[in-house]
Amino acid sequence: MSPLPKSCLYKPAALLAVPLLAACDGPLSTLTPAGPAAVQIARLWWAMLIGSGLITLLVMAMLWRALRHQSHDHPGPAAERRWIIGWGLGFSLTVLTVLLGFGLWIGERMIVRNDATPLVEARAGRWAWEFVQPGPGGAPVTTQGILYVPAGQPFDVAITSFDVIHSFWVPRLGGKMDAIPGHRNVHRLMAAEPGIYEGLCAEFCGLGHSFMNFRVIAYDPAGPLPAFTDAPEGRP
Amino acid sequence: MTPRPQDDTQNDAIDVTADIPANPPQRALRLHRELDEVWRDLPGWRGFFTSVNHSTIGKRFMATAFVFFAIGGVLAMMIRAQLATRDGAFLDTELYNQIFTMHGSIMMFLFAIPMLEGLALWLLPKILGTRDMAYPRLSALGYFCYLFGGIVIVLSLLFGVAPNGGWFMYVPLTDKTYSPGINADVWLLGVTFVEISAMAAAIEITVTILRCRAAHMPLTRMPLMGWYLLGTAVMMLVGFPPLILGSILLEVQRAFDWPFFDVARGGSPLLWQHLFWLFGHPEVYIIFLPAAGALSTIIPILSRTTILGYGALVAAVIGLVFLSFGLWVHHMFTVGIPHMALSFFSAASALVAVPTAVQVFAWIGTMWEGRVQFRLPMLYIMGFFATFVMGGLTGVMLAMVPFNWQAHDTHFVVAHLHYVLIGGFVFPMLAAIAYWMPLICGRWRVRGLGEAAFWMIFIGFHGTFFIMHLTGLLGMRRRIAVYPENAEWEWLNLVSSGFGMVQAAGFALFAFDVVMQWMFGRRSWRNPWQAPTLEWAMPLPAPSYNFASLPGPRQPDAGALLALARGEGLLAGAPRGWRETLAVEPGSGKPQHVAVLATNTALPVATAAAIGSFFGLMLAGLYWLAPLGIIATMVVVWRWGALMGTERDHPPVQVAPDMALPLHWQVRTTLGQTGTMVLLVADATLYGSLLFGVGFLTVVAPGWPPPDSGVGTGWMLLLALAALALMAAGAIAARLAESRRAQAGGRVWTRIGLVLAGLALVMLVGLGWGLDDPTRHARDALRGAILGFAVVHGVIVLMLALRSHVDARRGRIGLERRGAVPAWQLFQVFWLGTTAASLAVVVAQEVLA
Ligand code: HEM
Ligand SMILES: [Cu+2]
Ligand SMILES: [Cu+2]
Repeated sequence: MSPLPKSCLYKPAALLAVPLLAACDGPLSTLTPAGPAAVQIARLWWAMLIGSGLITLLVMAMLWRALRHQSHDHPGPAAERRWIIGWGLGFSLTVLTVLLGFGLWIGERMIVRNDATPLVEARAGRWAWEFVQPGPGGAPVTTQGILYVPAGQPFDVAITSFDVIHSFWVPRLGGKMDAIPGHRNVHRLMAAEPGIYEGLCAEFCGLGHSFMNFRVIAYDPAGPLPAFTDAPEGRP
Repeated sequence: MTPRPQDDTQNDAIDVTADIPANPPQRALRLHRELDEVWRDLPGWRGFFTSVNHSTIGKRFMATAFVFFAIGGVLAMMIRAQLATRDGAFLDTELYNQIFTMHGSIMMFLFAIPMLEGLALWLLPKILGTRDMAYPRLSALGYFCYLFGGIVIVLSLLFGVAPNGGWFMYVPLTDKTYSPGINADVWLLGVTFVEISAMAAAIEITVTILRCRAAHMPLTRMPLMGWYLLGTAVMMLVGFPPLILGSILLEVQRAFDWPFFDVARGGSPLLWQHLFWLFGHPEVYIIFLPAAGALSTIIPILSRTTILGYGALVAAVIGLVFLSFGLWVHHMFTVGIPHMALSFFSAASALVAVPTAVQVFAWIGTMWEGRVQFRLPMLYIMGFFATFVMGGLTGVMLAMVPFNWQAHDTHFVVAHLHYVLIGGFVFPMLAAIAYWMPLICGRWRVRGLGEAAFWMIFIGFHGTFFIMHLTGLLGMRRRIAVYPENAEWEWLNLVSSGFGMVQAAGFALFAFDVVMQWMFGRRSWRNPWQAPTLEWAMPLPAPSYNFASLPGPRQPDAGALLALARGEGLLAGAPRGWRETLAVEPGSGKPQHVAVLATNTALPVATAAAIGSFFGLMLAGLYWLAPLGIIATMVVVWRWGALMGTERDHPPVQVAPDMALPLHWQVRTTLGQTGTMVLLVADATLYGSLLFGVGFLTVVAPGWPPPDSGVGTGWMLLLALAALALMAAGAIAARLAESRRAQAGGRVWTRIGLVLAGLALVMLVGLGWGLDDPTRHARDALRGAILGFAVVHGVIVLMLALRSHVDARRGRIGLERRGAVPAWQLFQVFWLGTTAASLAVVVAQEVLA
């Protein structure tokens, strides 16, 4: 039998990659980021995925060798140095330090600072969201279930709760932040392009948790203002 | 000396230079009959209620945990069936909420923890070379608390009132306003009841490791399993009290409206989260450490070598114990904590990977330096590596704050936690079962089944959970029952569900394999793995008394099997008809005295039932009847003291040809003494958690400063100071009761101490009248809790003083014998110290206000 032509091996691989990439898509996917915070985090994720993949392969390769390696000695000081100091401490500390530096640097860039960034309010209550945002002429407008923000500009969300703990999350824009009764958390986000971004409550809050969604509509600040309508029945 | 199974001359667990001459050999069969007569359980159903033997209780713990694992597994299958499609119509949301809460809670509290307790109880005395745990009755008490509590928790599911707030029960969702039903009470009371068994096990394991090792087995050379379990036990001692305190406070809030967690009245829901995760994170390592201990035991033996880096592994265990208490906040990265603080906890969380990495590489290195035999336990160990490494890496990812903000509360976390729990606990446990089964049942396994089960579990597991990382990154939250608008998750979930069934079938096959081995396996020969550790220095299956004579420097490892069976070791047989074992010095393992352990008794089950009646009355909402449960408990507990003293002096016991040791009634540093100190460490942690609550609410909670307090009045301060003075005088009385015990007039001091304790207690109760209404504000509720703590300890001190007094009157105290007095002293001083600290806190609050 003749060996298979190479393309027979490549083609399925390529075909497989397409659905896999498409698989990263979705209205709630953190892997199709649409704002700087989410972009940074997605980048961090891909970097960590590659690093972890390599480490997993390395450990598996070591294991494979260890299984086949036949030795009749008891481990001596040299072996201890190699495995404990070299791999256990040296290797792990190096990897962790690099990663930690990267993580802190990204986190630092997402922090809310006291500057002139516009503020919107997000108020959670079982099981719907209420928002207050600057409307026509800058006057605050209250809406149910939809948050309107200008695209291309960062905004701060002040997150509060009327009852139990909820969590404000728009996966394509950035990380989540809890809504805790008695506390007020401020979270900075930005939508790079005008569009509709799905959001949801991420902290379990009882019977309606599965349905406690909302929507962020990022409008073009140069264009006409949107109508600031509520979502039907308070939920998109 | 008999030949060793392995030539590991450098790693002897026992110091062979401290020679103790051998006892003359006897007929092994006669010794066996003599010992078994004393140590065996009662036959039939009476045995179920009266056994205290560690092998029996340990096996029972493991079997019961396996049943709960099966129940939790069935629930997992229901979850997977529901999530397989977008609009899963199998369960409604209410039921789904109960089911995932119960799945998580059962797996953590009724499977993982009891499973490791069972393994520890069953294995520890064998591997340390002793005959039983330090407190056999406590083992049995723990078991029945676990059994009764577990049954109530599971029954609640059948009645449709199971907890439904998620396994970490965040308030306010679980307070009376949002969870008016009994569901949350089942969790709070049921889990607390079950955790009595965890505390009991933690105390027992600590004392057994410190005091009940083989003669001249130094702490620094004991088998690694000892270090791992010591680390586990210490973490349990310090880790569980915050959870127990949190549960008590939340239950008190639900039952009596004391607003510890209510923002409107100065409480904070974040206090619950801190208390829960102060427990919850260490919990993960509590579960992992015994599993890692099993790996450190099995890997070198199946690699025909010695473990690489004993010292480094011990250091890693100690490092984990400390580090794991510094990272609980990584479960709270999204609650709005300043980034500086987050960075600290992020770094600590990443750092905890270092001791873990040290262990993983030490294990791989051990295999590399040896010759791996690919037996069944090794297969499960490979499963561990492949799974746990990935779980650890996703754990490091989650420690990165920005990534955590995205992945938190999604199925990415669900995948991560199962990689860690199943990879880091279940696979090693399966390896451990496969490895120790011959010792449990004396039989060899049936070929092929174990391998098939492994592959089904392994493939099923990764098929279920690997793609679940992606499901989470695509935005699927945990704890949702349906996702009608997200068709893109459907195929991922369908795949997870399909493989989930394969995995479940694999576990079923594993259980079947174990049953087959138990019933039909062929008899195993002795020491089938040719291991050096002492648990194999006994016939198979392990006899009730473990060792006919106890190992010492001349019987340092499994090679001494025959010598030990012939009684050449220490303390051969049971010539006095008692269950005797050696108590040693904690550090060096030098023999100190002979401890007489409890035999079969129904006291533990009666005690568990009495405690259970309290929890049951609380659960039923019959709060005014609940004190009856406490009284019942006190009455039963009173009877435990009977074994701790004796009416006359006994002659020293001949342990070896020229070594005679006193019995435990005639020494001060008894096992009971060590245990009391260990208990007080846990107690102090509970108290510390309460003070943490005071500090936390004062600084963080909104709604402070509270309304003016009426407590500032002078008479209350005077009353409190008088109570403290009485407690201090009581401490002196307890001292004198011991130092004058041999004199005729010595008896008077126990009576004086008793009166002083009673008076102090009355004054504390009097203070209660002066407190502000505890439902008014969290500060007042906390003061009530602090006072309650003092009153409870007053009652304990009173009981101990009374016990000492009765001991004195019955002649159980004499020149050599001290009765309950040393324990009374310890509690008296603890009572004094904590009450003084409490008073200082309240005074500081009043002065600063
Ligand atoms: C038999 C295989 C198992 C399967 C298929 C499985 C499946 C699941 C799934 C799908 C969830 C998420 C439910 C949701 O968020 O909606 C879950 C949650 C959980 N599982 Fe498992 N699980 C298994 C075994 C285990 C084991 C062995 C443990 C622990 C030792 C465990 C501990 C947990 C915990 C703590 C949760 C969190 C529950 C909560 O959110 O309150 N699971 N499991
Ligand atoms: Cu929610
Ligand atoms: Cu944690």
